[in-house]
Amino acid sequence: MIVTDDQIREEITKAITENKVMLFMKGTPDFPRCGFSARTVQALQMAGAEFAAIDILPDPRIREQLSAHSGWPTVPQLFVDGELVGGCDIVTELYQTGELGRMVQPAA
Amino acid sequence: MQLSDQVRGLLEEAFPGGDVEVWPFSGDDHLSTRIRSERFSGLTLIDQHRLVYAPVQHLLDDGSIHALQIKTEAP
Repeated sequence: MIVTDDQIREEITKAITENKVMLFMKGTPDFPRCGFSARTVQALQMAGAEFAAIDILPDPRIREQLSAHSGWPTVPQLFVDGELVGGCDIVTELYQTGELGRMVQPAA
Repeated sequence: MQLSDQVRGLLEEAFPGGDVEVWPFSGDDHLSTRIRSERFSGLTLIDQHRLVYAPVQHLLDDGSIHALQIKTEAP
C-alpha cells in the first residue's frame, strides 16, 4: 500500500487530537529503541499516565511530518491535550516536580 | 574544531552574559548542555528549550548533533 505524505500528516494530527496523552517515540513502550524514548516512557509510567504511542522509525516521513507539525527538532515528543509538552528532558523534569502527574490525570 | 566547542560558541552568542556549559556524554555527537540565562525568565520549559534549539537547529537538521540534552535555569 502506498501511503502519501498527506495521509501521514493526517494520522499525526488525528493521534494528537484523539489521545489526551500522546507520545511519539523510537520503538514501542515495551521495546524502546532509544534511551531517551525509554526514559520518557518510564517517566510517564511512574506518573501513572495512560498514554498512546506511535513508533516513528518504520517510515522516515513520520519524523519529518511530526517535526513540521510541532516545530520541535527531536524525538521523543510528548503531547498532552493536543499541546506539545516537550522531549525527554522536559518530561523527566516535569515528573520530578510532580507536574507531569497532574497534567496526565484523566478528566474527571 | 570539536562539535562541542562549536555548539558552545553558538550558544554563548545566543545567551550573552549567561553561563553555558556543553559536554559530550556519549560519543562526540551526543551533547549535553546546561545554560543559565536571564532570557529564560518567565518562560515555560518548552519555550526555554526552543530558545536553546534555535541557534543549533542547522546542526540537528544535518545530523551533526544526534542528541542534545538540555538543562535550563533562570537566575
